[in-house]
Amino acid sequence: MAKWSRFNIVSVVLGFGFLYLPIVLLVIFSFNESKLVTVWAGFSTRWYGQLWHNQGLLDAAWVTIRLALLSATCATVLGTLAALALVRYTRFRGRVLFSGMVYAPLVMPEVITGLSLLLLFVAIGLDRGFWTITLAHITFTMCFVAVVVQSRLLSFDQSIEEAALDLGATPVRTFFAITLPVIAPAVFSGWVLAFTLSLDDLVISSFTTGPGATTLPLKIYSQVRLGVTPEINAICTILIGVVALGVLVASIVTKRREVQRERDERAAFAAIG
Amino acid sequence: MKSLGSIRRSFAPWADPASKPFISFKNVTKKFGDFTAVDDLSLNIYTREFFALLGASGCGKSTLLRMLAGFEQPTSGEIILDGQSLAGIPPYRRPVNMMFQSYALFPHMTVENNIAFGLKQDGMPKTDIAERVAQMLKLVKLEKFAKRKPHQLSGGQRQRVALARSLAKRPKVLLLDEPLGALDKKLREETQFELMDLQQELGLTFVIVTHDQEEAMTMADRIAVMSHGKVIQVATPAEIYEAPNSRFVADFIGDVNIFDGTVAAAEDGRVRVETASGVPIRMASSEKVSTGAKAAVAVRPEKIRVSRQAPAHAPLNAAEGEIWDIGYLGDMTVFHIRLKDGKVIKASSLNAVRAVEDPLGYDQQVWISFGEDAGVVLKD
Repeated sequence: MAKWSRFNIVSVVLGFGFLYLPIVLLVIFSFNESKLVTVWAGFSTRWYGQLWHNQGLLDAAWVTIRLALLSATCATVLGTLAALALVRYTRFRGRVLFSGMVYAPLVMPEVITGLSLLLLFVAIGLDRGFWTITLAHITFTMCFVAVVVQSRLLSFDQSIEEAALDLGATPVRTFFAITLPVIAPAVFSGWVLAFTLSLDDLVISSFTTGPGATTLPLKIYSQVRLGVTPEINAICTILIGVVALGVLVASIVTKRREVQRERDERAAFAAIG
Repeated sequence: MKSLGSIRRSFAPWADPASKPFISFKNVTKKFGDFTAVDDLSLNIYTREFFALLGASGCGKSTLLRMLAGFEQPTSGEIILDGQSLAGIPPYRRPVNMMFQSYALFPHMTVENNIAFGLKQDGMPKTDIAERVAQMLKLVKLEKFAKRKPHQLSGGQRQRVALARSLAKRPKVLLLDEPLGALDKKLREETQFELMDLQQELGLTFVIVTHDQEEAMTMADRIAVMSHGKVIQVATPAEIYEAPNSRFVADFIGDVNIFDGTVAAAEDGRVRVETASGVPIRMASSEKVSTGAKAAVAVRPEKIRVSRQAPAHAPLNAAEGEIWDIGYLGDMTVFHIRLKDGKVIKASSLNAVRAVEDPLGYDQQVWISFGEDAGVVLKD
């Protein structure tokens, strides 16, 4: 391995510091004894304990989790179907337009997505609340799922589907017995991604929310306007933990499959020669 | 095995006007946009035949196979299998199975489950499935690998799983798309003979797509040589090699020397051709050619003799030249001989003895010659 030059060390420290210093500070101060956020007064977990008595935060957390589970699941179904359509049916009319439209929300400013959804909900007279937020989250996370699943499908050997058809499986059975199990890791990654995106969304939620549907990020944001409390630090730390865990699980699932596969392949080649 | 060989030799339903074809392509055309992959093609394949579709990539052979499997629909024309039109029948309702070039094994299933997949789709009872799977595993000698996943197998083993899986349902026709393409040469040659024996044993009709002429020659009862979506010639390997019907087929199968010229005389089943390289040729021919017409004579390298002295029939069917290149292949030697006009002739001779006393060497002046039944007259 090459020796680390001073320049490399400095750039790595600066880069990581830039990314993680605020987060580390937040985590540290969530364990602060003092009520003042910026003054360290010794280690304590009492703010975590207090969370359990803050009904407003708990309600918001429950809304957020239900919302994330529901919208991630719906977005995964829709995103996977969109990806299949884009990869499989390369010859349908308007394919370019369709794929462009699926990806547009990726680069669309969230403010615009949120505003347009709000206008739509007002126009069709839908009362804003849990269901409008859910619809909005499905809309903007779906395209992320589509991207993840599509990249997997591009390296997918379509002849295995043909083989299943050839052996007498109907198209529907082929999808559930062959296609879905093979792309399952990508679908799962897509789900985790959608889940975490939904979990920490603020902008789109704030446009489409209504009474009784305050998500955790919304709650935190509104409380911060009244001043940062150590309680907020604590709930944020938990949120960071959940998101980090999600990302970790997703990457471990993918990695483990890869490693297992490589090992098996090596064993197979060792067996031949 | 000897008896199988003799069955093979006496097997010629295509020559019998009373026998009905098992598979019929009738004026089949397949277009992809502006590209015509298969062009008004008609072809008959008979029960228990080992039939090869041979051609360069893009000649339409794979499209033909995929239409038989049901993955593509003909743009026009009809395909008949066992008396029934296949139009509108989806792949999962056709009594044919296919072995894919990539093997297309299901990566998340064990070898066992891969083989059982088709049987499960038919709703076969579990005990019967287990029995059939065991039988197939034995057939391809993979009993020990039943619980493995495809990526835990070598290339040759995967090929066998693919074969077992496509045979498990006992299809009326087995379609093989470049089945040996991914194997190394030695394994490929072994597998060729195994496939032939298997086809005889099971009494199935095999349709194989290949670009490897040796593979087609070795295995097939009949070969269809294809080019640009059309069948150029359908015949037994021997006919294709010894009596190609066109310059394309002569050139595509094996090595050949082609002498271009014009017909000087044609009578009694013999044709005289004045060739551009100045070699007067007289060749036995059943082809009807008229005097003055353009024609070519194709002579295979192994039918050309190389000698130091002029043969008795010189200058007819003979020419003087200089040894330009020598390729020693072990079992035979290939000479490239340059004639006076610069044309290079390929001649090969069998190395029947281990050491020749005075071998032909580079730059030597030699005569090439061939008999009156050594070549084929091709109309242009």
